Amino acid sequence: MSIYYEALVSLLIVAGSVFVLVGSWGLIKLPDLLRRLHAPTKATTAGVGGTLVGSMVYFFALKGGPSMHELLITLFLFLTAPITAHFIAKAYLHFHVDPAAALPPTSGEHGWSTFDALPEQRNARPSEPTDGR
Amino acid sequence: MIEYALGFGFTAISLALLLNLWRLVAGPTVADRVLAGDTMVTNVIALIILFGIQQSSTMYFEAALLFAMFGFVGTVAYCRFVLRGDVIE
Repeated sequence: MSIYYEALVSLLIVAGSVFVLVGSWGLIKLPDLLRRLHAPTKATTAGVGGTLVGSMVYFFALKGGPSMHELLITLFLFLTAPITAHFIAKAYLHFHVDPAAALPPTSGEHGWSTFDALPEQRNARPSEPTDGR
Repeated sequence: MIEYALGFGFTAISLALLLNLWRLVAGPTVADRVLAGDTMVTNVIALIILFGIQQSSTMYFEAALLFAMFGFVGTVAYCRFVLRGDVIE
Protein backbone atom coordinates (compact mmCIF):
# COMPACT_ATOMS: atom_id res chain seq x y z
CA MET A 1 0.00 0.00 0.00
CA SER A 2 1.43 3.35 -1.00
CA ILE A 3 2.20 6.07 1.51
CA TYR A 4 -0.55 8.30 0.11
CA TYR A 5 -3.25 5.73 0.76
CA GLU A 6 -1.89 5.17 4.27
CA ALA A 7 -1.89 8.90 5.00
CA LEU A 8 -5.43 9.27 3.67
CA VAL A 9 -6.75 6.32 5.68
CA SER A 10 -5.01 7.54 8.85
CA LEU A 11 -6.40 11.04 8.40
CA LEU A 12 -9.94 9.74 7.93
CA ILE A 13 -9.68 7.43 10.96
CA VAL A 14 -8.35 10.21 13.20
CA ALA A 15 -10.96 12.70 11.98
CA GLY A 16 -13.80 10.22 12.46
CA SER A 17 -12.62 9.26 15.94
CA VAL A 18 -12.34 12.90 16.96
CA PHE A 19 -15.91 13.50 15.80
CA VAL A 20 -17.12 10.46 17.76
CA LEU A 21 -15.38 11.76 20.88
CA VAL A 22 -16.76 15.27 20.40
CA GLY A 23 -20.28 13.90 19.99
CA SER A 24 -20.09 11.96 23.24
CA TRP A 25 -18.47 14.90 25.04
CA GLY A 26 -21.40 17.05 23.92
CA LEU A 27 -23.78 14.42 25.26
CA ILE A 28 -22.21 15.01 28.69
CA LYS A 29 -21.75 18.76 28.45
CA LEU A 30 -25.04 20.11 27.05
CA PRO A 31 -27.66 21.08 29.62
CA ASP A 32 -30.94 19.40 28.63
CA LEU A 33 -32.16 16.63 26.36
CA LEU A 34 -33.37 18.66 23.39
CA ARG A 35 -29.92 20.25 23.22
CA ARG A 36 -28.19 16.95 23.93
CA LEU A 37 -29.91 15.42 20.89
CA HIS A 38 -27.78 17.68 18.71
CA ALA A 39 -24.38 16.34 19.78
CA PRO A 40 -24.52 12.61 18.86
CA THR A 41 -25.67 13.46 15.32
CA LYS A 42 -22.07 14.57 14.74
CA ALA A 43 -20.90 11.15 15.87
CA THR A 44 -23.41 9.45 13.56
CA THR A 45 -22.72 11.41 10.39
CA ALA A 46 -19.15 12.73 10.52
CA GLY A 47 -17.71 10.20 12.99
CA VAL A 48 -18.99 6.90 11.64
CA GLY A 49 -19.00 8.37 8.12
CA GLY A 50 -15.30 9.26 8.42
CA THR A 51 -14.30 5.81 9.64
CA LEU A 52 -16.45 4.17 6.95
CA VAL A 53 -14.85 6.22 4.16
CA GLY A 54 -11.45 5.39 5.67
CA SER A 55 -12.39 1.72 5.59
CA MET A 56 -13.54 2.01 1.96
CA VAL A 57 -10.23 3.60 0.94
CA TYR A 58 -8.27 0.99 2.93
CA PHE A 59 -9.96 -2.02 1.38
CA PHE A 60 -9.85 -0.40 -2.06
CA ALA A 61 -6.07 -0.04 -1.70
CA LEU A 62 -5.71 -3.52 -0.19
CA LYS A 63 -7.85 -5.57 -2.56
CA GLY A 64 -7.85 -3.37 -5.66
CA GLY A 65 -11.61 -3.32 -6.06
CA PRO A 66 -14.29 -1.08 -4.61
CA SER A 67 -16.16 -2.40 -1.57
CA MET A 68 -19.81 -1.55 -1.17
CA HIS A 69 -20.58 -2.84 2.33
CA GLU A 70 -19.74 0.49 3.90
CA LEU A 71 -22.24 2.30 1.73
CA LEU A 72 -24.95 0.01 3.08
CA ILE A 73 -24.06 0.89 6.69
CA THR A 74 -23.86 4.60 5.83
CA LEU A 75 -27.22 4.50 4.07
CA PHE A 76 -28.85 2.66 6.94
CA LEU A 77 -27.45 5.03 9.58
CA PHE A 78 -28.47 8.10 7.59
CA LEU A 79 -31.96 6.72 7.08
CA THR A 80 -32.56 5.76 10.70
CA ALA A 81 -30.90 8.65 12.58
CA PRO A 82 -33.78 11.14 12.01
CA ILE A 83 -36.37 8.53 13.03
CA THR A 84 -34.67 7.72 16.34
CA ALA A 85 -34.12 11.42 17.06
CA HIS A 86 -37.80 12.08 16.34
CA PHE A 87 -38.93 9.31 18.68
CA ILE A 88 -36.61 10.37 21.51
CA ALA A 89 -37.70 14.00 21.22
CA LYS A 90 -41.34 12.90 21.16
CA ALA A 91 -40.94 10.79 24.30
CA TYR A 92 -39.23 13.73 26.04
CA LEU A 93 -41.93 16.22 24.96
CA HIS A 94 -44.75 14.01 26.18
CA PHE A 95 -43.23 13.43 29.59
CA HIS A 96 -41.41 16.62 30.53
CA VAL A 97 -42.89 19.52 28.55
CA ASP A 98 -46.26 21.08 29.30
CA PRO A 99 -47.62 22.11 25.87
CA ALA A 100 -49.82 24.86 27.26
CA ALA A 101 -47.03 26.54 29.23
CA ALA A 102 -43.79 25.84 27.38
CA LEU A 103 -44.77 25.84 23.70
CA PRO A 104 -45.96 28.90 21.74
CA PRO A 105 -49.46 28.68 20.25
CA THR A 106 -49.81 27.61 16.65
CA SER A 107 -51.45 29.95 14.14
CA GLY A 108 -54.09 27.47 13.02
CA GLU A 109 -57.02 25.64 14.47
CA HIS A 110 -55.01 22.64 15.58
CA GLY A 111 -52.38 22.48 18.30
CA TRP A 112 -48.90 21.00 18.13
CA SER A 113 -49.20 17.88 16.04
CA THR A 114 -47.40 15.58 18.46
CA PHE A 115 -49.89 16.45 21.20
CA ASP A 116 -52.97 16.28 19.00
CA ALA A 117 -53.33 12.55 19.55
CA LEU A 118 -53.85 12.88 23.29
CA PRO A 119 -57.56 12.24 23.91
CA GLU A 120 -57.96 14.52 26.92
CA GLN A 121 -56.51 17.47 25.00
CA ARG A 122 -58.65 16.79 21.94
CA ASN A 123 -61.74 16.80 24.12
CA ALA A 124 -60.70 19.93 25.97
CA ARG A 125 -60.04 21.95 22.81
CA PRO A 126 -63.09 23.67 21.26
CA SER A 127 -64.00 22.50 17.78
CA GLU A 128 -64.18 26.06 16.42
CA PRO A 129 -61.23 28.45 16.81
CA THR A 130 -61.87 31.10 19.43
CA ASP A 131 -62.10 34.74 18.39
CA GLY A 132 -58.93 35.55 20.28
CA ARG A 133 -56.77 34.00 17.56
CA MET B 1 1.09 5.06 10.14
CA ILE B 2 -2.27 3.35 10.11
CA GLU B 3 -1.40 1.50 13.33
CA TYR B 4 -0.94 4.78 15.22
CA ALA B 5 -4.16 6.18 13.78
CA LEU B 6 -5.97 3.00 14.83
CA GLY B 7 -4.52 3.26 18.33
CA PHE B 8 -5.73 6.85 18.56
CA GLY B 9 -9.12 5.84 17.21
CA PHE B 10 -9.56 2.96 19.66
CA THR B 11 -8.59 5.23 22.56
CA ALA B 12 -10.92 8.04 21.47
CA ILE B 13 -13.90 5.78 20.87
CA SER B 14 -13.38 3.91 24.14
CA LEU B 15 -13.31 7.24 25.96
CA ALA B 16 -16.49 8.23 24.11
CA LEU B 17 -18.15 4.99 25.22
CA LEU B 18 -17.21 5.73 28.83
CA LEU B 19 -18.74 9.21 28.52
CA ASN B 20 -21.90 7.61 27.09
CA LEU B 21 -21.96 5.16 29.97
CA TRP B 22 -21.80 8.10 32.36
CA ARG B 23 -24.84 9.66 30.68
CA LEU B 24 -26.59 6.28 30.65
CA VAL B 25 -26.14 5.92 34.42
CA ALA B 26 -26.56 9.57 35.43
CA GLY B 27 -29.04 10.85 32.85
CA PRO B 28 -31.97 12.40 34.68
CA THR B 29 -34.77 11.37 32.31
CA VAL B 30 -35.64 8.14 30.52
CA ALA B 31 -35.16 9.85 27.15
CA ASP B 32 -31.58 10.72 28.18
CA ARG B 33 -30.85 7.06 28.82
CA VAL B 34 -32.37 6.00 25.50
CA LEU B 35 -30.30 8.65 23.71
CA ALA B 36 -27.16 7.46 25.51
CA GLY B 37 -27.86 3.86 24.48
CA ASP B 38 -28.42 4.90 20.88
CA THR B 39 -25.14 6.83 20.88
CA MET B 40 -23.36 3.81 22.35
CA VAL B 41 -24.61 1.69 19.44
CA THR B 42 -23.31 4.28 16.97
CA ASN B 43 -19.92 4.37 18.69
CA VAL B 44 -19.70 0.59 18.78
CA ILE B 45 -20.33 0.53 15.02
CA ALA B 46 -17.34 2.86 14.56
CA LEU B 47 -15.28 0.63 16.89
CA ILE B 48 -16.18 -2.52 14.91
CA ILE B 49 -15.21 -0.81 11.64
CA LEU B 50 -11.84 0.19 13.08
CA PHE B 51 -11.35 -3.38 14.29
CA GLY B 52 -12.12 -4.63 10.78
CA ILE B 53 -9.43 -2.31 9.39
CA GLN B 54 -6.96 -3.57 11.99
CA GLN B 55 -7.68 -7.22 11.13
CA SER B 56 -7.79 -6.45 7.37
CA SER B 57 -11.01 -8.44 7.19
CA THR B 58 -14.28 -7.44 5.53
CA MET B 59 -16.15 -9.92 7.70
CA TYR B 60 -16.87 -7.32 10.37
CA PHE B 61 -19.13 -5.21 8.18
CA GLU B 62 -21.95 -7.66 8.67
CA ALA B 63 -21.54 -7.30 12.44
CA ALA B 64 -21.60 -3.51 12.09
CA LEU B 65 -24.70 -3.68 9.91
CA LEU B 66 -26.45 -5.95 12.42
CA PHE B 67 -25.56 -3.52 15.21
CA ALA B 68 -27.01 -0.65 13.18
CA MET B 69 -30.26 -2.53 12.52
CA PHE B 70 -30.80 -3.82 16.05
CA GLY B 71 -29.77 -0.51 17.59
CA PHE B 72 -32.43 1.25 15.52
CA VAL B 73 -35.10 -1.33 16.33
CA GLY B 74 -34.19 -1.25 20.02
CA THR B 75 -34.30 2.53 20.28
CA VAL B 76 -37.65 2.79 18.48
CA ALA B 77 -39.12 -0.04 20.56
CA TYR B 78 -37.95 1.57 23.81
CA CYS B 79 -39.38 4.96 22.84
CA ARG B 80 -42.70 3.41 21.83
CA PHE B 81 -42.79 1.52 25.12
CA VAL B 82 -42.17 4.73 27.05
CA LEU B 83 -44.81 6.60 25.05
CA ARG B 84 -47.53 3.97 24.85
CA GLY B 85 -46.78 1.40 27.52
CA ASP B 86 -46.69 -1.22 24.76
CA VAL B 87 -44.42 -1.97 21.81
CA ILE B 88 -46.88 -3.43 19.32
CA GLU B 89 -50.46 -2.34 19.74
